[in-house]
Amino acid sequence: MLNKLLSGDMPRSKILAVLLLGILICLAFAPFLFPGVRSVDTAARICVFIILVASYDLMLGYGGIVSFAHTMFFGLGAYGVALASTHMGRGFDALLVGSVSGALIAALLALVIGLFSLRVRAIFFAMITLAIASAVAVLVSQMSGLTGGEDGLSYKIPRELGPAFKFYDGTVLGVKMNGKLLKYYLVFFSCLALFLFMLRVVHSPFGRVLLAIRENDFRAEAIGYRVVHYRVAATCLSAAMAALAGSLYAIWLRYVGPDTSLSMEIMIDILLMVVIGGMGTMYGAVIGATLFVLAQNYLQGLMNVAADAVSGLPLLPDLLNADRWLLWLGVLFILSVYFFPTGIVGRLRKGR
Amino acid sequence: MSAAPDHNPTMAQTTLVQRLEPHAPVLLVLGLMILGLIAIPSTSSWLTLTVSGLAMGMMIFIMASGLTLVFGLMDVINFGHGAFVSVGAFVGVSLLLGLEHMTGAPSLALNLTAMLVAILGAMVATGLMGWAFEKVIVKPVYGHHLKQILVTMGGLIVVEQLIIVLWGPEEIYITRPEALKGAVTFAGAAIEKYRLVAVGIGAVVFLGMRWVLRSTKIGLIVRAGVENGEMVEALGYRLRLVFVGVFLAGSALAGLGGVLWGLYQEVITAHMGNQSMILIFIVVIIGGLGSVEGCFIGALMVGLLQNYVAFLEPKVALISNIGLMVAILMWRPQGMIPVVKAK
Repeated sequence: MLNKLLSGDMPRSKILAVLLLGILICLAFAPFLFPGVRSVDTAARICVFIILVASYDLMLGYGGIVSFAHTMFFGLGAYGVALASTHMGRGFDALLVGSVSGALIAALLALVIGLFSLRVRAIFFAMITLAIASAVAVLVSQMSGLTGGEDGLSYKIPRELGPAFKFYDGTVLGVKMNGKLLKYYLVFFSCLALFLFMLRVVHSPFGRVLLAIRENDFRAEAIGYRVVHYRVAATCLSAAMAALAGSLYAIWLRYVGPDTSLSMEIMIDILLMVVIGGMGTMYGAVIGATLFVLAQNYLQGLMNVAADAVSGLPLLPDLLNADRWLLWLGVLFILSVYFFPTGIVGRLRKGR
Repeated sequence: MSAAPDHNPTMAQTTLVQRLEPHAPVLLVLGLMILGLIAIPSTSSWLTLTVSGLAMGMMIFIMASGLTLVFGLMDVINFGHGAFVSVGAFVGVSLLLGLEHMTGAPSLALNLTAMLVAILGAMVATGLMGWAFEKVIVKPVYGHHLKQILVTMGGLIVVEQLIIVLWGPEEIYITRPEALKGAVTFAGAAIEKYRLVAVGIGAVVFLGMRWVLRSTKIGLIVRAGVENGEMVEALGYRLRLVFVGVFLAGSALAGLGGVLWGLYQEVITAHMGNQSMILIFIVVIIGGLGSVEGCFIGALMVGLLQNYVAFLEPKVALISNIGLMVAILMWRPQGMIPVVKAK
């Protein structure tokens, strides 16, 4: 049963199994284990980013394609939900229409970009996506009539998912049984389902071919697989998954703006999560996203403490300032690409 | 056995189209200018826009040329190239701010000397940085495109953050040297003096580069290396050393481009390198990865189109470049002047 659910990809390392189980339990019972607005928010963010990072890994780790437009697809899903909710009124149909159309548009766009660039060389894709993603980000902030510009959009989601809706009077384990809880579980179970789906995909024959292409595309072509078709298909699937993650994030936040869904910073975050967690394993996305989001939320305070401690010295406080968080991540990123190309998961599996 | 195929040679004069085809990229630039002349109602604003488009194109070319050569020579794709643009701009602008007595004076000679000092300083700084970047970041990942993209992107992030540490997070405003402020009027069109200077520097760099590549021994080795690196090594040349040199020169040029770009915008931020990467990539793809001439023509086209479109329909300006890229790729999937690899 478990084997089937995980598509035959068991953790294959005791520490990894414990870690994954721990993350699953913490996320599944987050509202009960860590009550408080901020920690539940963090848990939801982790769920969404796991999907986002896993979908990126589908492209990078399995397809060997570097894209810088993943936040664009993420944003398409988020704006899909936002626009549908603004124009169709609050309701589950709006959420559904928004998510599905966002995912479809993302896949279509990925198809077009992929057909243009992947048929020539895989590295074209990286450059073209970088250009297109930034153009889209500019476009979104300029078309303020439709997208709310820099301010973004706030909208209403169905009443059943808001804190005012109570389906059970009183509390269970000190947690109010309201719509917010329902919303968290909507996000959690959707993410779980999407993750298991992606796990299924990468262990299907399709995923095997992708791996073969990543290892040696020339040989894969010679065996008779149309490399371009497989790569484009992986890109489309990955884009659609990213858009769905964006939709979930938009449902959770009840707000979309360029900063939360389209910015280059998120793109860099995704890259870091994939590389640190481990490219080419879906579990790497889980570990990477969890560690990264936790660190982002809680470690920055620690850096400020460190900066205060060395405040008398020259330059050091500036280097340790919490705003310089990206600097250290960048260094970590470079080091991990050199020394741990398989990331945390690869290390754990090897050290078994 | 099948019969030998018929062989009847015929004499046919090449048509005009056939004769023009090798020059198509250059003609495209001219065509774009003529198209602009038709679309823009007044000739004087067309002239202004054309000069500023050429200036912008020259600056993009200076920034992009290193990237395209590095790729052609060693198959290394450097996503951190924008870091050199930023560092060049910051070093150059800091020097200019330090030389305020020279830039503030209304004498053209003093102004240009100050600019020369700033440009040389920036080029030395970015050249050294490029050398270090090659040693530390790029060298361990030869032959891995995926890792190159990731690692150089990481390098860009680190350099960007270090700039913020050293110069602070605020953007720095800079005024152009006194004699380069304002505009000259020519045939009813106001043309900013600085843009003329930028066009001049760009043309000098392009011609210089062309001369080095076409008429010197080192240029010969570089061109041969782009076409067939293994063969050049087999003949006894140490291509690695040449490559380090090209990387260094390319970084220095990016630094030069950064100074010019910073003065053009009159404001510099740590993210300007990252932003310029977008245009650089578009230009490099349009021109054909590895081709210097293609890069030059692509840069001019992007600069001109951006200025024309920004005048006619401001909101479409950025999209127009992407549209241009798509159109060119549909016409020639490898870019306008594809580099022929002997492999």
